[in-house]
Amino acid sequence: MSEASYVIALAGNPNVGKSTVFNALTHLHQHTGNWPGKTVAVAQGGYPYQGETYTVVDLPGTYSLFADSVEEEIARDFLCSGQADVTLVVADATCLERNLNLLLQIMDQTHPVVLCVNLLDEAARKGITLDLTALENALGIPVVGAAARDGEGLDHLKETIRQAAHHPLPPPPRQVELPDLEGLSQQERQEAAVSAIMARSEELAALAAKVPADAHRADRRLDRLLTSRSTGLLVMLGLLGLVFWLTIAGANVPSQLLSEALGSLQEPLRNLLLGWGLPREVCAALCDGIYRTAAWVVSVMLPPMAIFFPLFTLLEDAGYLPRVAFNLDRCFQWAGAHGRQSLTMCMGFGCNACGVMGCRIIDSPRERLIAILTNSFVPCNGRLPTLIALFTIFFAFGGGLGTSLLTAVLLLGAIVAAVGMTLLISRLLSRTVLRGVPSSFALELPPYRRPRVGQVIVRSVLDRTLFVLARAVMVAAPAGLVIWLTANVTVGGESLLVHLAAFFDPLGKLMGLDGMILLAFLLGFPANEIVIPILLMGYLSTGSLTDYQDLTHLRQLLVANGWTWQTALSAVVFTLFHFPCGTTCATIRRETGSLRWTLLAVALPTAVGILLCMALHLLLTAVG
Amino acid sequence: MSSETLDCLLPGQWATVAGLSFSDAKRRRLLDLGFIPGAAVTALQAAPWGDPVAYGVRGAVIALRRADARRISIVGK
Repeated sequence: MSEASYVIALAGNPNVGKSTVFNALTHLHQHTGNWPGKTVAVAQGGYPYQGETYTVVDLPGTYSLFADSVEEEIARDFLCSGQADVTLVVADATCLERNLNLLLQIMDQTHPVVLCVNLLDEAARKGITLDLTALENALGIPVVGAAARDGEGLDHLKETIRQAAHHPLPPPPRQVELPDLEGLSQQERQEAAVSAIMARSEELAALAAKVPADAHRADRRLDRLLTSRSTGLLVMLGLLGLVFWLTIAGANVPSQLLSEALGSLQEPLRNLLLGWGLPREVCAALCDGIYRTAAWVVSVMLPPMAIFFPLFTLLEDAGYLPRVAFNLDRCFQWAGAHGRQSLTMCMGFGCNACGVMGCRIIDSPRERLIAILTNSFVPCNGRLPTLIALFTIFFAFGGGLGTSLLTAVLLLGAIVAAVGMTLLISRLLSRTVLRGVPSSFALELPPYRRPRVGQVIVRSVLDRTLFVLARAVMVAAPAGLVIWLTANVTVGGESLLVHLAAFFDPLGKLMGLDGMILLAFLLGFPANEIVIPILLMGYLSTGSLTDYQDLTHLRQLLVANGWTWQTALSAVVFTLFHFPCGTTCATIRRETGSLRWTLLAVALPTAVGILLCMALHLLLTAVG
Repeated sequence: MSSETLDCLLPGQWATVAGLSFSDAKRRRLLDLGFIPGAAVTALQAAPWGDPVAYGVRGAVIALRRADARRISIVGK
């Protein structure tokens, strides 16, 4: 007999820890975030239990099965298709009533259903007492309590699923008796049906959960601090500034150590390759081109990412990002954009390609395009180290606490400018090529959760940091080879790199930059992380990336090549606003399915960057 | 009959949802979030620039833009 296998559909409201249950069951670390509607594509994983295989399909989080959004369509189609042997509905113990609404709809469509009441730990913290046996009796389906983040209740859950798959209970009696719908309009019918389900949810919730009057008091108090008129924006800027400062101050020393360690391996590597009998030129290309570029990217990128991502994930896990969306929504209304665009913009800080993909959570095509086209106006994690370096060496030089604080403040200013530009361009688009009425949206502000610090660090380092870093290195390595070649192939006595730089020099000068800087941005198209290493290599024309011990070297080199604080300012502006990186462009092409929109997404930030730099240069020249 | 709408509700005040002037999908979405005729709703607080406003309905916190809240009528403020 072949091994039996079962398909489990996982359904639930957004933000009830559904993905956590999924990860805990399958050990497939699908990234989970604390905002509504994150899982847009369907993730799938499996686990063995008692010699059988269970495949878990993680359906998008939905509030219902019947509204016309993409998520609901996916969930509904899967549940009604009968592909699942068991449907597992995850509910939030702190908000049972609203969650039961979806459960009742699902019970009406499919059988057997198992209910997992998750977040028992949060409920206990809020003084909510639950009677799951009463709920089980009233519903006529198995109910399992869990605190999935701690792995609590999962064994019981697996056993319950096994039993439901092997010996399903008889279908429970209908939970909701619809009132007489005769002679009612379509709309009245719909209302009557929803009301009937809601009324039953209310009954069930009253039966199963005792919620003290002040259960959510701490949440409301936090909301007053984080989103009110007087403190909301200040706290938001403060938190962002703090994250930047911790990143800058904390990344300094590890960056230097990594740079030294990786640099010291280069000569042994060369000797090893020479020992294998490889020609000298090939060894140089491999060591000075590929290895050095990759090493630079690792030492400059890894420490800030390993600090920034966990901090960002902590805020995300605690439930802060929907509050950011809430705080900023007025601005996005002004821009004619969708309320969820602030969420996709936040994703863009991590990685613009992820941000563009995240735009799937916006269901209106017009507003989704606006969000996609403007996503790269906020600097991704690959551009932050460049900005930090430029600010540190030209505007906040000196060292110590003052430097990192001032750099953090300047970076904050750059971010505010980037967000401002995002809004301005969004408004421009919504007034011209993408005209239309903003669609209504309702944003759930989910309960705050106490983030699991240990888990967050492990997960964000493993899932995000290493993933993004691996991509950067994979791109940087071949780019390093190309750069090495352009710097070492000579035409008419000068290297190709110098010829190219001379070609771009007139435009560069108009923008307050120079040809080499523009060339560095162009060659950095595969990944923004490698712009500065290319620039260094170009200036030094040593044919390979320079050793980069600390920022003092970088400063000396840039100043020797005619940089002033004005050059640095233009470079900051162009770092913020230029064409998206290769991965992002490919993602935009895939998500929009249109070359035209992709070209616009490239042209918009590039034009903004060039024009701003030119204006800035003119202004500064005029002032003297 | 009162012609008051949800956007007039001040923080701390409670009222009952009377009707939604939305069609199809949007209407369905709001119904699913708990804005059903007969449901108790309270305004919690406004965002820093006064819009949107967070409402408490059926144990959840839902933020609506004022333009949308204006299309939900309420009674018994």
